[in-house]
Amino acid sequence: MALLETKKLSKFYCVGDNVVRAMESISVTISAGEFVAIMGPSGSGKSTFMNLIGCLDQQTAGDYLLDGTSIGDLNKDELAEIRNKKIGFVFQGFNLLSRTSAVENVELPLLYNHVAAKERRQLALGALKKLGLEGRENHHPNQLSGGQQQRVAIARALVNNAPMILADEPTGNLDTKTSAEIMELLVRLNSDSKTTIILVTHEQDIAAFSKRIIKFLDGHIVSDQPVVK
Amino acid sequence: MINLNSTFQIALRALRVNKMRSFLTMLGIIIGVGAVITMLAVGTGASEKIAEQIASIGSNLIMVVPGSVTQGGLRMGSGSTSTLTKDDAEAIEKECSAVSAVAPILNTGAQVVYGNQNWSTGIYGTSPGILEVKDCALVAGRNFVDQEIRSAAKVCLLGQTVVDNLFGGIDPIGQIIRIKKVPFTVIGILETKGQSIIGQDQDDVIYIPLTTAQKKIVGRSVPGMVRSIMVKARSAEDLSTAEKQVTELLRQRHRTGGNKEDDFTVRNLTQMMQMAEQAAKVMTILLGAIASISLLIGGIGIMNIMLVSVTERTREIGIRMAIGAKTWDIRIQFIIEALTLSMIGGIFGITLGVTGSAILSAVAGWPTIVSPLSIIMAFGFSGLIGVFFGFYPAYKASLLNPIDALRYE
Repeated sequence: MALLETKKLSKFYCVGDNVVRAMESISVTISAGEFVAIMGPSGSGKSTFMNLIGCLDQQTAGDYLLDGTSIGDLNKDELAEIRNKKIGFVFQGFNLLSRTSAVENVELPLLYNHVAAKERRQLALGALKKLGLEGRENHHPNQLSGGQQQRVAIARALVNNAPMILADEPTGNLDTKTSAEIMELLVRLNSDSKTTIILVTHEQDIAAFSKRIIKFLDGHIVSDQPVVK
Repeated sequence: MINLNSTFQIALRALRVNKMRSFLTMLGIIIGVGAVITMLAVGTGASEKIAEQIASIGSNLIMVVPGSVTQGGLRMGSGSTSTLTKDDAEAIEKECSAVSAVAPILNTGAQVVYGNQNWSTGIYGTSPGILEVKDCALVAGRNFVDQEIRSAAKVCLLGQTVVDNLFGGIDPIGQIIRIKKVPFTVIGILETKGQSIIGQDQDDVIYIPLTTAQKKIVGRSVPGMVRSIMVKARSAEDLSTAEKQVTELLRQRHRTGGNKEDDFTVRNLTQMMQMAEQAAKVMTILLGAIASISLLIGGIGIMNIMLVSVTERTREIGIRMAIGAKTWDIRIQFIIEALTLSMIGGIFGITLGVTGSAILSAVAGWPTIVSPLSIIMAFGFSGLIGVFFGFYPAYKASLLNPIDALRYE
């Protein structure tokens, strides 16, 4: 069943008098439980695509259905709610709140989902445990290594039981060994919990962890193939 | 909207991060609230003091004094003629319906002797009506009776200051004192009145029958002459009627026809005092208003720092938005932060205001009254300022675009 579906999805920006066609007429269907890597050089439109399917931005033309909901008609707060409930974000720069402990960072999506304080803490501790961060719950981001920070970020993405994780260059700031660890973690999440994972990367060996690779160039999809292992 | 307790925790943490900055921002509110409370305390203290003095001179009081005379083109001052008499006083009491009590006054200063003690004080020849006119009770003994006035009896009522200075520990009732060598029996002691508005000791007096004063103490050529007549109106509403009646009656009695100037002056003491009280109240409002300006400036300080804070934390706002914070989640977060700043500032400000008022009272001797209402108002006002000046930065924060905010360095 299709978790997300884009129909001729386009995004244009106006820069002065010029219209930049960041992404044009993209039609893609991604089913629940898939592990997709999106590749392409910078300026190819992959970030625009991620922002759109991540409900951080809205399209200029076309249609985007996430779990059956058409995103183009939603207002700012409705988008926020969709992000909160359906999408877990993992960023290249981790994007954890500084001066805030690991467990409090993980609690944030629950806070905005109106989960009671006690339950929040339990769920957050559970998510951290699942990612092997026991004993680090009260550490602040600057007391954690890059790999640990990214695992806190993944815990945060998972804690609300979002069906989909969007990872934007999740290993970009990590060394090779830690990158592999993080990727294995994502693979395990995908196979064990059937969480849909959509990953943006420009490294071939990172993309190789996925099951399907979509390549972007100049705002268009140039290839969409399953990974042959 | 996310729950307030968590938001409050987030706000406290954010404020703790920049302790110095938070404190300096709060300082504006602390000084503002402190100033408002102190100024209101000074103003209220002054009004209360005046109200107290109004009560001490007696309420609904009208004072009639002789007018001025013109001698060879020179206009003499008020009281330069001796046109008022004991009969005028009696006529006022009999004929003016709005008047409840009348006391003619003929006063002089004199040396008073008891045993080996002596004291210089004001001697007031008057009638039994004086006690009602001045709203003054006796703490011991009795008032004059009409018979004593008619017979010019040598009896007197003493103010507390005179008692203290002449008698020490002895009970003065029934004792004989000498005023200008004339022996008087003490028949009553007046209750304490304190200082008048001009700082005069209202307890430094001796009341004697008017007739006795005229015959034995104050040598004057005009028989029956008095220096002033104090008149008490039945009520505050009757004051102006009483004033009119007294004026008319006296003009009639003194045969002042047509446009001729009065040979007496009627002064409404209570009205004058009430005007002073009104002025003090206006002053309170003014002081409060000026102090409020500093509170306002404190509020602008909060807005300034909150705007800086929103800019600094653009990325944080972006992260919160990406993981599901809605418009009002972000707004509430920053409003609560501003509110926390201003409320904590308000609490310290109240402490400062109360201490400041106490210090002013102790050091400068000003009467200050910190009313609970002024505390509640100042606190509420500081909260209002937090919300008001916190709203714009919060609004600005909520308008951020999550994508741009996330990329913000």
